[in-house]
Amino acid sequence: MNITISKKVYSVSQITYEIKSILESEFRLISIKGEISNFKKQSSGHLYFSLKDETSQISCAMFKNSTNSLKELPKDGDQVILEGEISVYPPRGNYQLIVRKLEFEGIGSLLLKLQKLKEKLTVKGFFDEKNKKALPFLPKKIGIVTSPTGAVIQDILNVLNRRFDTFHLILNPVKVQGEGAKEEIAKAIDDFNKYNLVDVIIVGRGGGSLEDLFAFNEEIVVEAIFNSKIPIISAVGHETDVSLSDFAADVRAPTPSAAAEIVLKEKSKLIERLLNYKKHILKYTLYSFKNLKLKLSNYIKHPLFSSSYILLGKEMQMLDDMRENLDNSIIQKILKQKEILNIFSKQLSRINPIAKLLNYKLDLKTYEKKIENSYKNYLNLKKNNFLKLISHLKGIDPKNLLKKGYSICFNEKNKKSSIILSIKDVKKDDRISILLSDGKIEGKIL
Amino acid sequence: MKEEINFEKAFERLDEILNEMNDGKVSLDSSLKLFEEANKLIVICQKNLLDAEKKIEILIKDRNGEPEIENGEPKKEFFNTAQKSILD
Repeated sequence: MNITISKKVYSVSQITYEIKSILESEFRLISIKGEISNFKKQSSGHLYFSLKDETSQISCAMFKNSTNSLKELPKDGDQVILEGEISVYPPRGNYQLIVRKLEFEGIGSLLLKLQKLKEKLTVKGFFDEKNKKALPFLPKKIGIVTSPTGAVIQDILNVLNRRFDTFHLILNPVKVQGEGAKEEIAKAIDDFNKYNLVDVIIVGRGGGSLEDLFAFNEEIVVEAIFNSKIPIISAVGHETDVSLSDFAADVRAPTPSAAAEIVLKEKSKLIERLLNYKKHILKYTLYSFKNLKLKLSNYIKHPLFSSSYILLGKEMQMLDDMRENLDNSIIQKILKQKEILNIFSKQLSRINPIAKLLNYKLDLKTYEKKIENSYKNYLNLKKNNFLKLISHLKGIDPKNLLKKGYSICFNEKNKKSSIILSIKDVKKDDRISILLSDGKIEGKIL
Repeated sequence: MKEEINFEKAFERLDEILNEMNDGKVSLDSSLKLFEEANKLIVICQKNLLDAEKKIEILIKDRNGEPEIENGEPKKEFFNTAQKSILD
């Protein structure tokens, strides 16, 4: 096999070291003019950024020991002159400028570019007041052109959620910085117009460096804003950041939150006005009611109503008179009746039965006495007669006769004594008894 | 625009009603009528102002940044306000 001398084959490390030695020896102490971008300060204190011009850029590192001479930290967009050496970093295979010295060089080229574009567009009438559209009175749909993850959409939603219960928001998500940002922003504005999706558009992004915000200074974006039929509110960066988009927009909001408030300013005004009406009309109505109430209570307090005598005094008096008359006539009548009654009662007392009875009783007593007397007299008479009769009878008492020798014969027949008055009263063998004054003699008829 | 006219008219009338009430010369009966009318107007305006639902949407785009179209309208979905890029 023939061995020919072929091209030299390097390993990656070999070529990297070749490049490194050439570059680092060739560019040992150089100065480069350009604009700072992608500036980053690490916590270590080292600074990393790119230096760029219109077409190229170079990575730069400025280590902490070199930064001591810096009066201020550079920022994106700063036009600077750097001094240092080129260094190759083999693990990444890239080269960078190790900065030993940094000098600022006045206004950056971005600003220059911005200034030029501003002049150009001003001439075109992009920023004329007369081309500005009025914001819709009460926008139904609000379009937002911004990053879905940025501060703008959050700020706007915070404001809207806090201030309003209802709103319709459509976000057209775009990149707001870096490659392709300006095209996306311009297209989003065009698309909202093309489909007539919203009544007003808020275009914006959060704060950042001039370079970060630069998409909003690009002609394509400014043009899209100018051409939009839908009114546009710009909210780019902080209040101090002013972009060409702000000039072209119909309204410039100092902040995204302000943009949200501007969009619904009329709505909140209307709501406020309405609440005011509500308050006042309620107030007046209540007031007029109070007024009427007061009037009513005054009427009630009026003597005409507060005292019945005012209205009915005459009648009441008449009533009183009538009552008195009535009373009087009744009393008269009663008195008359009483009088009559007195007469009657006198008459009645005159014919009082008790008195009569007493009289009768008295009479009765005299009668009693009379009767008693006459009865006594009668008794005495009878007694005397009786005594006379007794003495007479005593004279004829058979017992007394017996003593004089007379006797009485009794038939004892049938065990029953019977006086024998005739001889015929006795028969033979009849038992008889003869009563004498000192005893009895029994015998038998022979 | 139609709404605007309504609001303007309604507010004009509300102004009139307020003035009339403020005059203090209205009778109880007519003040009640005025109140009723004002209340009706306020309710209508409020409804007009607040009678929409809250909607937060985001356009759906394809890889080329073109909005996805459905029935001639760009497609939308509800925007989750909590969503944040891991880069943030």
